[in-house]
Amino acid sequence: MKDSGGWISKESIFQMVCLLALALPLLLLFTLIAGTFADGWDRLSWSFLTGAPSRRAASAGLLPAFVGTIMLMFLTTLMAVPVGIGAAIYLEEYARPSRLTSFIELNISNLAGVPSIIYGLLGLELFVRVMHFGRSLMAGAATLALLLLPMVVISSREALRTVPHSMREACYALGGDKWRSIRRVVLPMSLPGILTGIILSVARAVGETAPLVTIGALSFVTFVPTSVWSDFSAMPIQIFNWVSRPQAEFHANAAAGVIVLLSVMLVLNAVAIWLRIRLGRRLQ
Amino acid sequence: MPVSEAAVQLDQARPISERLIKYVLFACGAISIATTAGIIFVLLFETIAFFRRVSFGQFFLDTQWTPLFADKHFGIWPLVAGTFLTSGIAIVTAVPLGLLAALYLSEYAKAGLRRVLKPMLEILAGIPTVVYGYFALMMVTPFLQHLVPGLSGFNALGAGLVMGVMILPIIASLSEDAIYSVPANLREAAYALGATKLSTTFQVVLPSAFSGIGAAVILGISRALGETMIVAIAAGQQPVFTLDPRVPIETMTAYIVQVSLGDTPNGTLEYQTIFAVGSLLFAFTFLLNIVAHRLRKRMAGGA
Amino acid sequence: MRRVFITVLPVLVMLSLAACGQPEKKEESTGPALSGVIKVAGSSTVFLISEAVAEEFQKAEKGVQVTVGEGGTGGGFKKFCAAETDISDASRPISPSEVELCAKNQIEYVELPVAYDGLAVVVNPKNDWAKHITTAELKKMWEPEAQGRITKWSQVRVGWPTRDLHLYGAGVDSGTYDYFTEAINGKAKASRGDYTSSEDDNVLVQGIAKDETALGFFGLAYFEASKDKLSLVPVDDGKDDNGKGPIAPTAETVKDGTYQPLSRPLFIYVNKKAFDRPEVVAFVKYYLSHGADLVKEVKYIPLPEKAYELAQKRADAKKTGSLFGGKGSQVGVRIEQLLESEQSDAGK
Repeated sequence: MKDSGGWISKESIFQMVCLLALALPLLLLFTLIAGTFADGWDRLSWSFLTGAPSRRAASAGLLPAFVGTIMLMFLTTLMAVPVGIGAAIYLEEYARPSRLTSFIELNISNLAGVPSIIYGLLGLELFVRVMHFGRSLMAGAATLALLLLPMVVISSREALRTVPHSMREACYALGGDKWRSIRRVVLPMSLPGILTGIILSVARAVGETAPLVTIGALSFVTFVPTSVWSDFSAMPIQIFNWVSRPQAEFHANAAAGVIVLLSVMLVLNAVAIWLRIRLGRRLQ
Repeated sequence: MPVSEAAVQLDQARPISERLIKYVLFACGAISIATTAGIIFVLLFETIAFFRRVSFGQFFLDTQWTPLFADKHFGIWPLVAGTFLTSGIAIVTAVPLGLLAALYLSEYAKAGLRRVLKPMLEILAGIPTVVYGYFALMMVTPFLQHLVPGLSGFNALGAGLVMGVMILPIIASLSEDAIYSVPANLREAAYALGATKLSTTFQVVLPSAFSGIGAAVILGISRALGETMIVAIAAGQQPVFTLDPRVPIETMTAYIVQVSLGDTPNGTLEYQTIFAVGSLLFAFTFLLNIVAHRLRKRMAGGA
Repeated sequence: MRRVFITVLPVLVMLSLAACGQPEKKEESTGPALSGVIKVAGSSTVFLISEAVAEEFQKAEKGVQVTVGEGGTGGGFKKFCAAETDISDASRPISPSEVELCAKNQIEYVELPVAYDGLAVVVNPKNDWAKHITTAELKKMWEPEAQGRITKWSQVRVGWPTRDLHLYGAGVDSGTYDYFTEAINGKAKASRGDYTSSEDDNVLVQGIAKDETALGFFGLAYFEASKDKLSLVPVDDGKDDNGKGPIAPTAETVKDGTYQPLSRPLFIYVNKKAFDRPEVVAFVKYYLSHGADLVKEVKYIPLPEKAYELAQKRADAKKTGSLFGGKGSQVGVRIEQLLESEQSDAGK
C-alpha cells in the first residue's frame, strides 16, 4: 500500500473528512440537547412532575401526561408482547418454509417500514370509529401495539436464533415434545434477548406522537386517566402542545418535558443493556 | 427454518394440545397479515369514497390544495412538493455524511473505537421525533435566520436539516453493513495491483457495495417521506406548490395531523381527504421499501 | 444535585404512581361533593376562557373531571350535535346546518353568551409599513378572488413595498374564520385558500411572530398573550358614525361598539339534557358567575354584569334555541339588547 507521498496525504485528509462526517451530527445533537437542558432545567421541579397542565405556564405540570405514558406503555406491552413472541416462536420453531411463511415474513418486514402516521389512520378508522373505543387509552394502546408488533417479532426471532440447536435436540432426546422444549429450554435461554427487544420497543413507543395525535389524543387533560376508556394525554403529546404555544414560558415547559422524556428513554435503554449483561451472564 | 429429524417424527405424532398450541402461535403470526390487510382496506375504503366525489384529474393535475375552502381545489401537488422538498433536503444532508461516516467505521476505525462510535450513531435514531421537532423550531431555525435573510419561522430548510440528522444512522448503518461485506479478496487484489487505499475505496469497494448502499439510501428516503412530527412542528401548514426552502410549506403527513387536530367526524369529505393523502403516502413508502428489499437481497446473494 | 435526583426519579415515581390510585381529596365546597366527567370542545378562541374556568372549577370540585378540546367552532358543533360533548365552545352563533344536525339527532341546546372579542388584525413587529388598514384592503387580501393573484403587499395598497404577502388565518372549522369572512368578505366561509390556516391560533401567533411579511387575524386574547412579539393593526371601517378613522380593539372600543366590524360575542352551547346532571349545572353556574373575572384575565372583554345575570336566567330556565334565530353570525350585534328583549318578550 503506497502512499502518494507528502506530509499530509490525500489518504489522511480523506480519513479526517470521514471522521468529521461522523462527528458532526453527534456534536450537533450534543449541542441541541445541551441547549434544551439550559432552557428547561429551571422548570424542572417536584411541582412540575406532579402538577397538571395549566393555562399559566409557571404552574403547568407534567403529571397527567406522565401517568398517561406509563399506562399507555403498560397496556401496549400487554397487547403486543404475547402476540409478538408467539409469532416469533411460530416462525422460528414451527413453520416450514412455504409460500405462506414467506408471505408472513414479507408482511412483517413491510410493516416495520410503514410510517407511523399510517398506523394512526388505521387506529382512527378501526379502533376509534368502527370498534367505538372512542379517543381512549385503549384505542391509543391498541394502535401502538400494532405499530410495535413487527419490531417485537423481529427482535424476538433474533433472540430465539441464538439458542443452539443442540439444546433443542437434547430436550427431544430426553423425550420432550416441541412445546415442552420451547417452554423449558428455548424460551428461558432466549429470555435476555427477548426482554431487551421488548424494552427497546417500549422505549421507541414512549416517543411516538403521530399515531396518538391522529386518533385524537390532544386535548386539555388536567386529570390522571382513571380507566382504559378515559381520555388521556401522553408526554410527547404534551410536549407537542407546549411547543405549539407561542409564549416563551411554555417553551421552557416543553424543554423540561423533553428532558424528562429523554431521561425515561435513557433509563429504559440502560435497563435493557443491564438486563442483557446480567441475564446473559447467569445463563452461561 | 431448521427442523430436525426427531422433531418431524414428533410432529406427526402430536397430541391435540400440541396442535392447538401450533394454531394459536400461527394466529399470532397471521395477525401481521391481518394488519397489512387492515391498513390497505381502511385506506382503500375511504379513498374510494373520496374519489367518488373528486375526480382523478382534480387530484393529480391541479396545483392548488384547498379542499376545505369555499373555492375547492384538490390538487395534491402542493403537499407532494412539500414532502419531497423536506425529504430532499434531508437526503442531501444525510447521504454524503452517512456514507463518509460508514466508510470511517468500516475502513479506518479500529475495533475499539468502532464499538463505541457505532452505538452512539444509533442514539441519533432513537431520539423521539417530537424532540427533533422541538430542536428544529426552537434552535435550528432561529440560528439559520441569522444566515439566510428572509427565512420564515416555519420553513423546509430547518426541518429538512434536522430530518437529515435523524435518518443519518439508517444510511450509515446499512451502508456500513454493505461495505463491510465486500469480500476481502477484492480489496487485496486491488492493493496487489498497487492501488492506494483511497482509490481502492472509490473504485472497488463502493461500486461492489452499490446495491447495499442503494438500499440504505432508499430506506432513508422512505423514512423521510413518512416523517411527521418534525415537519408538523417546524415546516409549516401552508400548502404551496413551491421548491423554495425558505417559506412555510405543508407536507402530506403534516396535513393529516392538521386535520386530525381538528376533530373531523366520520363520512365528511374532510375525513376522506386524510385517507386519500395517506394512501398516496403509503403507496410511495411501500414501493420504496420493496425496491430496497430487492436490493438488499441482491447484496446478500452475491456482492 | 437535587435536580439531578429529580431527573432520575421518574422511574421510581412511575412505579409508585402506578401502584396507588388517585385519592379523592374533599375540599370545602358548598353542598355534597360532585363527581362526573364534563366534555367541552370547539372554538380555539373560546378555549382560553373554558380552559381557565375548567382549571379553577376543578380546583373547587375535585371529583369532577373536565376535558376541554379545540378544533374549531364547526368541529365542536359536529361533535356536540352527535352527543359526543356536553358543552360546545363557539366564537359565532350556531348556523342553520348545525341547527338541522342537532334537530336530526334530537339534541337541544341552550345558548349562553360569555364574552366579547375584538378580532385582532396582526402583523410582525418589523413591519413598518402597515400602520393601519381599511376593511376594503382586508377584503382585497382575503376574498376568494385573491387566491393565487394577490401575493404582494404592493398589490393591496399603492405605496406598500413589493414584498411577499404571507397570510395566516383561522381554518375552515373555526368560528373565527366564519365571522371574519362574513364581516370582511360579506359571506361566511368565502375566502381564498392559499394561506397558512390552522384551527390552533398558537400556530398563527408563532408564524406571524417569526415572519416579517406576515399578516393574520385571531381573537384579541391571543394577541394580548404575545404582544411583545406582534404588532396590532387598527382597522378603519370607513363608517364615521361609529368611530372615525382606524380603531384598535381594546376593552373600551369593543364594549362601546366603535371597533367594527370585527367585534363579536363568544358563546358556550350546553346540551339541554346535560343540565340534568348536577355537576354540569354547577359548572355552568361557575362559568357565568366567575366569567367576568376569568374573561378579563385571559384578556377578552367581559359582558356587562347584567348580561351574565340574564344568561344565568336562560340557563336556569334551560331556554333552548338561539338568540340569532339559528341564522349564524350577524355583524354588529349587542348581546345585552338581545338578552333584554328576550326577557321582556318572555314577560309579555
